[in-house]
Amino acid sequence: MSRLIFEERKDQFFETGGDKPFRISCDKQSLAGAVSQRACVFCGSRVVLYPIADALHLIHGPIGCASYTWDIRGALSSGPELHRYSFSTDLGETDVIFGGEGKLTRALDELIPRHQPKAAFVYSTCIVGLIGDDLQAVCKKATERHGIPVIPVMSEGFKGNKRAGYYAACKAMFQLVGTGATEGIPPMSVNLLGDFNLAGEIWIIREYLERMGVTVVANITGDGRVADLRRAHGAALNLVQCSGSTMELAKMMQGTYGTPFLRVSYLGADDMAQALYDVAEFFQSQTAMEKAQDLVREELAKIYPRLKRLRKDLEGKRAALYVGGAFKAFSLIKAFRLLGMKVMLAGSQTGTQEDYEELASICEPGTVIVDDANPLELMTYLIEKDVDVFVGGVKERPIAYKLGIGFCDHNHERKLALEGFVGMLNFAEEIHATAMSPVWRFTPRRALPELEEVAA
Amino acid sequence: MKSNLAEKCDYVSSTNACKACMSLGACIAFKGIEGCVPFLHGSQGCATYMRRYLISHFREPVDIASSSLGENDAVFGGGPNLKQGLVNMINKYQAKAVGIATTCLTETIGDNVPAIVKEFLNEAKVEGAGGKMPALIQASTPSYAATHMEGFHAAVKATVAQLAEPVARHGGVNILPGLVSPADIRYLLEVAADFGLRATLLPDYSRPLDAPAGTSYEILPAGGTPLADIKKMGGAAATLSFGWTPGSQEAGRDLHERCGVCLHSLGLPIGLRQSDAMFEALETISKRPAPARHADERGRLLDAMVDGHKYLSGQKAVVYGEQDLVIGLASFLAEIGVQPVLCASGGRSAGFRENIEQVTQGLVREPVFTEPGVDFYRIAELCRELKPDFMVGNSKGYVIARERDIPLVRVGFPIHDRFGGPRLHHLGYRGAQELYDRVVNAVIEKKQSDSSVGYGYI
Repeated sequence: MSRLIFEERKDQFFETGGDKPFRISCDKQSLAGAVSQRACVFCGSRVVLYPIADALHLIHGPIGCASYTWDIRGALSSGPELHRYSFSTDLGETDVIFGGEGKLTRALDELIPRHQPKAAFVYSTCIVGLIGDDLQAVCKKATERHGIPVIPVMSEGFKGNKRAGYYAACKAMFQLVGTGATEGIPPMSVNLLGDFNLAGEIWIIREYLERMGVTVVANITGDGRVADLRRAHGAALNLVQCSGSTMELAKMMQGTYGTPFLRVSYLGADDMAQALYDVAEFFQSQTAMEKAQDLVREELAKIYPRLKRLRKDLEGKRAALYVGGAFKAFSLIKAFRLLGMKVMLAGSQTGTQEDYEELASICEPGTVIVDDANPLELMTYLIEKDVDVFVGGVKERPIAYKLGIGFCDHNHERKLALEGFVGMLNFAEEIHATAMSPVWRFTPRRALPELEEVAA
Repeated sequence: MKSNLAEKCDYVSSTNACKACMSLGACIAFKGIEGCVPFLHGSQGCATYMRRYLISHFREPVDIASSSLGENDAVFGGGPNLKQGLVNMINKYQAKAVGIATTCLTETIGDNVPAIVKEFLNEAKVEGAGGKMPALIQASTPSYAATHMEGFHAAVKATVAQLAEPVARHGGVNILPGLVSPADIRYLLEVAADFGLRATLLPDYSRPLDAPAGTSYEILPAGGTPLADIKKMGGAAATLSFGWTPGSQEAGRDLHERCGVCLHSLGLPIGLRQSDAMFEALETISKRPAPARHADERGRLLDAMVDGHKYLSGQKAVVYGEQDLVIGLASFLAEIGVQPVLCASGGRSAGFRENIEQVTQGLVREPVFTEPGVDFYRIAELCRELKPDFMVGNSKGYVIARERDIPLVRVGFPIHDRFGGPRLHHLGYRGAQELYDRVVNAVIEKKQSDSSVGYGYI
C-alpha cells in the first residue's frame, strides 16, 4: 500500500500519537502527475465571489471555466439570482491570436444593460494575461461607461493554488467595501464572512444573531449584495468562518477601517454555541449573553433527544474527512465526537502549517493528517484505518463508495443545511443514513461472512 | 418566422453554455482505452473541474492527472512538468497508456507536446505495467478551438493515428460510435456479436465509467478497448463510424486511407431509419441477415409507434446538445410525428443545418429551425417564441423546462440532475424503444398532471 504514496509528498502527511514532533509541509504547488483533489486560482475566486447574487460574474476566457462552474453550488439567494447564470466571453481561436479586449468590452456592454447588475466581477482565466489583455484597463473604462463598479479579479488558474484565488477575490471585494453610507448601523452589528448560504445556512445564523439583538450588515458572501458590501465597514465586528477564504478581507478591513474580527465556526453544536458566546462576549453585553445561553438551551433541547438515538447506533464508528479548508475540519472532528465517533483521517486541500498543527492537537492518537491528497493516498488510508464514513466533496464520493464506505457531502454542492443546531442534527441524520445503510452488507469488500452462509 | 428568429442572434457573450471544452471530451475518450489514464497538460484546475463534472454524471471514479503548471512553467514552458508528471503518474498507476490532452494554457504558451514526448521517451526510465513504457497518445484540445464533442473525436483520431498499424486482414469490424452512453456501447457490442462479428469498439468506456461494485477502488479500472486490438484496427474488414459532423469520421477515414479499411459512415443510429442503416451495414459486413431477435425488436418498436402515435400528434419539441446527437434525435422525432421546432447545439461543426434538413425531410410539416453555436440564453429566447411542448436534451436545459413548465426528456450527457445517466440507452431499435416510451410517457404525464380531473386511465 505504501507504494501508492508519492515519495515527494511524504512530508505532506503526519500521524498523531507518535513521539515525532509535529511537522507537515503545505501550501505547495501540487505535484505534477498526482491526481490532486485541488482546483486552481480561478476556482478559489469563483467560489468566494459566486454567491453575490446581484453582481454580474463574467468569466473572461474560453468556455470551459464557465461551463464547469455554472450553478454548481447550493448558495441560495433571498432575492436576485444573477449568480446562477454562467457568463463567459467564450474566447475563440481568433480572439486568442488577436487579443480578447474588444470582445470583453462588447460582452460587458451587452450584459450590463441586459441584466442591470449592481456591480460586475470580471474573472481572468489562464490565457488572459498570456494573450496580452489588459483587464484593468477594460474594466476601468466599463466602470465609467456603465456607472457601476466593474472589478477585475486576477484569477489566472496557474498563478498559485486555490488559496491565491481566495486572496484575489478578497482584493476584488475590498474595492467595494467603504464606498457606501453607514448611517443607521447599530453598535451591536457584524458582517458574516466566509459563509456561502449553502442550503440557506446563513439564514439560520442570522436568525440566531437577531434573537441575541445583533444586527448583520453584510453577508460575505452567501445571499450577498453589492450594497451591503459597500457599507460593510460600518459593522462593529467581522465574524470570519471558513478562515481560508475570507481571512484576507478581514485583515484588509482591520488595517483600513480598524474592524476587529473573530474566527468562528457554525458547524457542530460545540462550535455553534461557542460562536454565539464569543459574539456576546465581544460586545460585553450581559443581555446578549443571556439570550445566547437561552437560545443554545432551547435549540439543543430541540435536537438532543433525536441526536441521542442516532448516537446510539453510531457510537464507536470510524470517520475520515477531506475538506477544502482545514478550519472546517476542526468543527467536524468535534461534531463526530458528539456522535461518539472517532476521526481516523483528517485532511484539506489548502490548510496552513498552523491549521494542521491545531488539527493534530485536537485529534486522537493515530489520526493521519494530510495536505493536498489524491485518490491513491485517500484510498490507502481509508482501508488502513478501516473507516466507516468519509466526509468530502463530489470528487471524494466514488472513492468512498467503491471501497464500500459511507459518504457525506460536506462541500459547496450540498443541498442540506449543516450549520447551526439544526445543521448538527441534519449532519447526524446524514451520517446515520449512510453509515447504517444495509447496502454495506452486500458490497464485496464488506459483505458479512454470515450473509454468505445464509446465501449458501 | 424563420428570418425573424435568425435576425436576433448576434450575441457577443455566452450565457449558460450549451457545450463544454475540448479537453473534457478527450478525457472521456481516453477513459475508454485499456489501462489508460487521461493526463491534462495545463493548470491543475482543468483536471479537477472535469473530474467533478464527469463524476457527477457517471458516479464513478474519474482519475485525471495533470502536469499542474505554475507561474514559472507558464513562462519557461511546461515541458519539465509534463515529463515529471508522466514519470510520477506512470509509476503510481502502472498505466498501460496515457492520454495526453493539451489545454488552453499549454496551447497558448506554445508547448510542443509531440517534441516533449519524444524527448521523454528518449530520457525517461519508468516502471509502468511490466516495466514497460506505456503507449503515450497525444491530442491537441484547446478549449478555444471547439467543443467537448470535437475534443472527443480529436482523441479518438489521435489514438487511431498513433496506435493503429496496417496489419494483415483479420475479418473483424471497427466501431467508432462517438460520444454515446455506456449502455449504448454495451448494446453495440452485443449487436456485433449477434452478427458473429469480432468488434473493436473505440473508445469503450462502458466498464471504466460504469463499473460493477468491486472489492476496492480500482486504480486502473478494468475494461476499455484493448491496446492490442487498437493496434490491429488497420486489419479490420470494415469500420462503422457514427456521426454526421466531419470530426466524427476522421478516425475512420484515416483507417481507410492508411490501411484500406472499408468505411461505413453512418449517422448515430437513433430511431428507425438510422438503426435500419446500421443493421443494413452489419448485414453487408457480416454477410448474414439480422438475427431474429433484432428483427423482433424492430417490429415491437413499430408496433409501439402505432400504439402511441396519437399521444404525440401535433407535439412540438426543442432538441439540443452535441450536433450528432441532435441530428439523430431530430431524425427520430420526425419519424414519430413530433415536430422538432428547434434543433440547437453549442457546436459549430459544418453541415448541421443541412443534415437536420435531410433527416427530417418529408416527415415534418414545418421547416425545422436549426441553430449551431448557441447557448441556453438563446435557446430560452427561442423557446419563448416557438412554444415547444417538451424538450429533449441533457440536464442543462432543466432551467428552461422549469421556467416553461414543460417536460424535459433527458438524454445524452451530462445528466447531472437524475440518477442513472450512464445507463440511458439511445441506440438501435431497443434504444429507440426506450426513448419512445419515455417521450410518450412525458407527454402523458404532463397531460395527466395538468388535468383537474385526475384521470387514472389515459
